[in-house]
Amino acid sequence: MTITESPGTEIGSPRRRKEDARLITGRTTWTENVTLPGMLHLAILRSPMAHARITSIDVSPALETKGVVAAFSGRDVADVQGSLPCAWPVTEDMVHPDRPPIAVDEVRFMGEAVAVVAARSRAAALDAIAAIEVDYEALPVVLDMEQAIAEGADLVHADKGTNKGYTWVFDSAEAGTGGDAGAAIDDAEVVIRRRYVQQRLIPAFMEPRSVVVDPTGDVYTMWSATQIPHILRFLLAVVTGTPEHKVRVIAPDVGGGFGGKLQVTPEELIAFIAAKRLGKPVKYTESRSESLVSAHHGRDVIQDLELAARRDGTVTGLRVKLLANMGAYMGLVGPGVPILGAFMYNAIYKFPAYRFECSGIFTNTTITDAYRGAGRPEATYAIERIMDELAVELGLDPLEVRERNWINADEFPFTTVCGLAYDSGDYAKATDRAKELFGYDELRQEQQARRDTGDSVQLGIGISTYTEMCGLAPSRVLGALRYGAGGWETASVRMLPTGRVEVVTGTSPHGQGHETAWSQIVADQLGVGFDDIEVLHGDTRTSYKGLDTYGSRSLAVGGVALYNACQKVIDKAKPIAAHMLECDPADLEFTGGQFRVRGNPDGGRTLADCALAVFAAHDLPDGIEPTLDADAVYDPVNFSFPHGTHLCATEVDTETGRVTIRKYVAVDDIGKVINPLIVEGQVHGGIAQGIAQALFEEAVYDADGNLMTGTFVDYTLPTAADLPTLVTDRTESPAPDHPLGTKGVGEAGTIASTPAVVNAIVDALRPMGVNDIAMPCTPERVWRAIQGGAA
Amino acid sequence: MIPPSFDYAAPTTVDEAVGVLRDAGEDAKVIAGGQSLIPLLRLRFAAPSTLVDLGGIAELRQVREDGDALVIGAMVTHASVLRDPLINEHLPLLVSATETVADRQVRHRGTFAGSLAHADPAGDLPAVALVLGASMEVVGPSGRRVVPASEFFVDYLTSVVAPDEVLVAVRVPKQGSWVGAYEKFNRVAQGWALVGVAAMVRRDNGSIAEARVGLTNMGSTPLRATATEQALAGADSREAIGAAAARVAEGTRPSDDLLGSADYRRHLAGVLTRRAVASLS
Repeated sequence: MTITESPGTEIGSPRRRKEDARLITGRTTWTENVTLPGMLHLAILRSPMAHARITSIDVSPALETKGVVAAFSGRDVADVQGSLPCAWPVTEDMVHPDRPPIAVDEVRFMGEAVAVVAARSRAAALDAIAAIEVDYEALPVVLDMEQAIAEGADLVHADKGTNKGYTWVFDSAEAGTGGDAGAAIDDAEVVIRRRYVQQRLIPAFMEPRSVVVDPTGDVYTMWSATQIPHILRFLLAVVTGTPEHKVRVIAPDVGGGFGGKLQVTPEELIAFIAAKRLGKPVKYTESRSESLVSAHHGRDVIQDLELAARRDGTVTGLRVKLLANMGAYMGLVGPGVPILGAFMYNAIYKFPAYRFECSGIFTNTTITDAYRGAGRPEATYAIERIMDELAVELGLDPLEVRERNWINADEFPFTTVCGLAYDSGDYAKATDRAKELFGYDELRQEQQARRDTGDSVQLGIGISTYTEMCGLAPSRVLGALRYGAGGWETASVRMLPTGRVEVVTGTSPHGQGHETAWSQIVADQLGVGFDDIEVLHGDTRTSYKGLDTYGSRSLAVGGVALYNACQKVIDKAKPIAAHMLECDPADLEFTGGQFRVRGNPDGGRTLADCALAVFAAHDLPDGIEPTLDADAVYDPVNFSFPHGTHLCATEVDTETGRVTIRKYVAVDDIGKVINPLIVEGQVHGGIAQGIAQALFEEAVYDADGNLMTGTFVDYTLPTAADLPTLVTDRTESPAPDHPLGTKGVGEAGTIASTPAVVNAIVDALRPMGVNDIAMPCTPERVWRAIQGGAA
Repeated sequence: MIPPSFDYAAPTTVDEAVGVLRDAGEDAKVIAGGQSLIPLLRLRFAAPSTLVDLGGIAELRQVREDGDALVIGAMVTHASVLRDPLINEHLPLLVSATETVADRQVRHRGTFAGSLAHADPAGDLPAVALVLGASMEVVGPSGRRVVPASEFFVDYLTSVVAPDEVLVAVRVPKQGSWVGAYEKFNRVAQGWALVGVAAMVRRDNGSIAEARVGLTNMGSTPLRATATEQALAGADSREAIGAAAARVAEGTRPSDDLLGSADYRRHLAGVLTRRAVASLS
């Protein structure tokens, strides 16, 4: 595909986002703001136990509470509530236990729904759930993944006979994409073996999940704070047996997701069931505490790596074995999350042999599923950490080891050991720029000086040279991975008679600024004003087709559909303009929003002229359909592969263990950029979340399976005050498969930053014998590592 | 936020507030800024029968000079503490410690006296009140009494203030020739202190004549580190300060929880004490 230079000035302009005024003030349609006549409010009683049999449940006391209209338990709706869907059964024999929205006989994690109250006010509903009487009989709690798969382990699902949900393998020798990793390890001059643990994280989106269901009228309408209105509509129809055309889903303005709203939730099903039962609109909005305990979590993976190399630093093979905590059930795409990472452990390196094996394990915890980066941060962390270990083992500079192994700019497109064709990139260029901005050599000198003087504050330098696969995804590839849907995206461009434009996108923004970026693209392609474009999204009546927003796909895939739809509009308008100008369409060119006869700068016709002409339709050429509107569906031919180099300098207070980020430089290559301001925001936010994993956040369960980090007092989410100033820059390797040359940017910062930070901390403390610290690297853990205790 | 339902009273005088509390019985709660009570209500961990809001009592918003002391009313917010000229002039330690309390939004609602009445050992200001030698004016049905900070904190979240009493003001002696520092160690900027150390010293000819060290979150109440205080008297070198600071955890019983182990807290207390005192030289 040829990358076209933008015909206008909008693309590349750091426009402030047109949606921000309403989003920042909150004067908009959040789901919680939706109020319907006769609406009832739901409250959900949740299990205080991690694993227990429900021996009895009595909702009748709740019914006696003032304002309560209905109360029901899982038993009351057992025959109609169905089971929550999993769209990614990664293996043919994957264990997929039923997951009723409301537990019927057994609860399997703390926070699982056990009963529902519908009342005339939210306050009444909350008061009433306290009155419901439930007796639980405790069952053995399964928490540790290795114990869960040991002989004779207690079971999360007794009827399944195992806690192992699946084992998925990729082997480059078997796939024919590379050599035998086992042989490479056996023959290696150096083998580095490490275990890394990706702690459990909580996505912590700003807007809690909220759902409204209106069963009145001819269709069921659901408003939901979701990332995936289209997938939700499809699955809601399938799970509830409701004809799809009788289901309308609206994702109005949505306040963040980070993958945390890439789910079909129990709460959505519960609201649907309640609305259907009661015949009235219902609303449910979770509290933050409910969100932390019951909305899906992320990460929670144990990674065992064996890296084979020659003494000169050339990597010859990698074997990776994962245990991935699924939680108590399979989430919507949860089983596939580690699989998305499987193709990224080789990262930017061209070693020839690779084997990956992942087992998904059930435990009595909240389900895990997509969280910003989904599989790729885990992979990048592991490889970037172990590349540092290799450098130390060989006495080489960590940058030198990377350079020795990375794919050179002249080798693109490059087919990796996983069989992926990396599209474009220049790792050396990004690294050079990062080093320059960072002052790499000066900081290394300072580090040495602090070591020499035995300074109580030690300096460390961390490197992360990452790539990622995004722009999810070619449908055929998804099919081959047994994912339940395709990866195409849609766009429609509607020319209104006055020359204004409505754009309908199948992506579903929840903070990404699509309305702004899409307007910039259309403005340049069609030569219309930025403010003359309205971008519509998220309502399955308006945007009836789409695959929503996740995996840095919206611009990378949806942007192509949008570009193609614009070209179709121009193609449709051309014969009409030619008719008006009384010339041959072949003689026309379209620039700056005008059709002109080639070589004649005067007397052109704008797209608006053509729009008005088709509206009137009084004088059109024979056989012309009186519309300029166009739809496009695009199925990507490849993923896109952004990359970059992040450098982090940390100061470690060896007396307290406190880590302070002294300098952070991110040079990202995401191809061409539509809106640099939005990109900057994505990079900053992404890095913040990656730093959060490195230093701050961890969801912790006690031995009984109680979530100990159930509020933001204990789940220590950093704020701006805890984060450093970021120095950012970009290199530009245009995406060859995208007409605008863009790659995805939504996850890059998160993927890159975690290993950069931890590498820096370990680097600071190497002279003290420290070679690993478990995440998050809390002051106490760092201090203990320095003391030589357990990291 | 939907708390359990409660009755709400908004008295305009202290006497009226005391009357409401007396009539409402043991389950009534006083609310000032709500810094601690609102989160408890939101989580439904507290279910008071009546909330008695001190926000309407104008006299409680005052800061006044009274000889060698300042008297800070119960409704003086952290934000007011930070900008009050009298407090800035005479109690710089209170100002610098208050800057570390929670976040800007909370500082605009929460009050100095409220954080003392709440008696959370993880709160920053109780330890500061201890070393400043503050005393609390408490009014109840049987009149007014004054309780020194050293006798005010009884146990975790428990002070001497009875259910029918109101803490109306805090009397804080001016620092005079004492200098002070508050060293706070937390996981995230707006988080609770794992450990905090409030230190004050009075110097005489280059060495420390007298020292006071208060500890945040090293037991079920804020504490004075008396062994360290005694060892600091006469300390004239970095080494002497270090040796005194190393004894700071003696007799403390810090909690062992998700944010930090007891061992680590004891270690931190020593480091922070040394740093706080050293910063005052």
